Amino acid sequence: MSDNTIIKVNGLKKHFTGGTVKALDGVDLEIKKGEVIVIIGPSGCGKSTFLRSLNLLETPTEGEIFLEGVNITDPQNNINLHRQKMGMVFQQFNLFPHMTILKNITLAPIKLLRQNKKDAEENALSLLKRVGLADRANAYPSQLSGGQKQRIAIVRALAMNPEVMLFDEPTSALDPEMVGEVLEVMKELAQEGMTMVVVTHEMGFAKEVADKVIFMEEGKIAETGSPEEIFQNPKHPRLKEFLGKVL
Amino acid sequence: MAEFLLTLKSDFIKCFITKNRWKFITEGLTATLKITLLSCIMGIVIGLVVAIVRSTYDKNYSQMRRGLGKFLLAVGNFFCNIYLTVIRGTPVVVQLMIMYYIIFATSSNGILIAVSAFGINSGAYVAEIFRSGIMSVDNGQFEAGRSLGFGYISTMLYIVFPQAFKSVLPALANEFIVLLKETSVAGYVAIKDLTKGGDIIRGATYETFMPLLAVAGIYLVMVIFFTKLVNILERRLRKSER
Ligand SMILES: Nc1ncnc2c1ncn2[C@@H]1O[C@H](COP(=O)(O)OP(=O)(O)O)[C@@H](O)[C@H]1O
Ligand SMILES: [Mg+2]
Repeated sequence: MSDNTIIKVNGLKKHFTGGTVKALDGVDLEIKKGEVIVIIGPSGCGKSTFLRSLNLLETPTEGEIFLEGVNITDPQNNINLHRQKMGMVFQQFNLFPHMTILKNITLAPIKLLRQNKKDAEENALSLLKRVGLADRANAYPSQLSGGQKQRIAIVRALAMNPEVMLFDEPTSALDPEMVGEVLEVMKELAQEGMTMVVVTHEMGFAKEVADKVIFMEEGKIAETGSPEEIFQNPKHPRLKEFLGKVL
Repeated sequence: MAEFLLTLKSDFIKCFITKNRWKFITEGLTATLKITLLSCIMGIVIGLVVAIVRSTYDKNYSQMRRGLGKFLLAVGNFFCNIYLTVIRGTPVVVQLMIMYYIIFATSSNGILIAVSAFGINSGAYVAEIFRSGIMSVDNGQFEAGRSLGFGYISTMLYIVFPQAFKSVLPALANEFIVLLKETSVAGYVAIKDLTKGGDIIRGATYETFMPLLAVAGIYLVMVIFFTKLVNILERRLRKSER
């Protein structure tokens, strides 16, 4: 494991319903600091399960996950502390509807990082400014468009100063005209050096931003490569078939 | 007609004015409100605990690691289920009598006995109200909380409960109204609530019409009042549900 490895996954398996569904069937992966990994693959191949396993929203059936050298799958570990270092953005945004945008963003930093309210709010506002939503700080989530909600969800995760950001199809629930504004924020984040693992069907984003593209198939990594290798010179027959459908 | 009004007037005086009999009504009403309010609070506390145990069990048990926590949760869930089955499977009057004649056999504190009986009874219904509220909150909310680094309890506290509570508030208020009427059986065990107050006047004056009508009227006015309050509350909530 080299020094700048941030996440290392060994033989990760996740089985559902007593082993009949092998959502993950032995995944190995090493993610380096600052790397942007894009995961593609047909629906049901285990992309979400993999991402959710990384921050243990799913408890792996087998295998190990190391975050900064610490085995987080070890039950001795305080998973809450590790999750603070991994921001997650969901397809359905999952903003807290009973809180204002500002409260959505500052809740975790205040309660978990013990930031004082003023600092947390200042930080939230500067993050909001970066995504162009400073004027919506006191709105409630239901008053926002999908694209705005997702940008807020990204900000909410960023407010915890995570080491890694996980995105599970962040633009799939959006109207087409709002996809761009969210991808733009993610692109900037990547340029600033954030380590990112992104599940997406936006092949344009993958080509432009990814350092590494992973093609998953039936719970396994079927092919890994640079965007050029994956998109220009796919080897796996299922990848060729998949790209034929989505491109 | 005039004669009828005159009888009515003398009946009224006999029932409520003579010997300050109105005090049976006001004191009874006070007792009824006290019992209802305290039972309601007790029911909410019990209901919350039971709902938390049951929904934690439903949500987590299958994925929990073996150990003391898992064992305790299973035991807790088992007892909660027994509580719910027994309380919802027997009449409240019987529960009240058991409380009076068996559990509190040596006590004569009527309010305490009534609050215990109605509070424990109400808790079973409130528990299911809360549980449905907790279950109605989208699991994505829970996962968002956990993914930020909140533990199970904090996630429930900051994220799930506030939303659950909001969605069950009308049902809870309704439970209060049900409770208000239900406490009218307290007289069975010599507790002087509103209904009993009217009954005492009936026994003393041999007048049935006046005291019972007065009691019914007071319940009706209270129920209409609280129903209105619930409606206003519901409308408020729907408005803030943006
Ligand atoms: N909680 C679950 N219970 C049972 N099966 C599940 C569960 N979550 C996912 N699966 C199954 O695991 C497989 C992978 O799912 P998922 O990771 O969501 O795929 P993807 O995100 O690539 O579309 C699918 O067959 C799915 O039905
Ligand atoms: Mg998915």
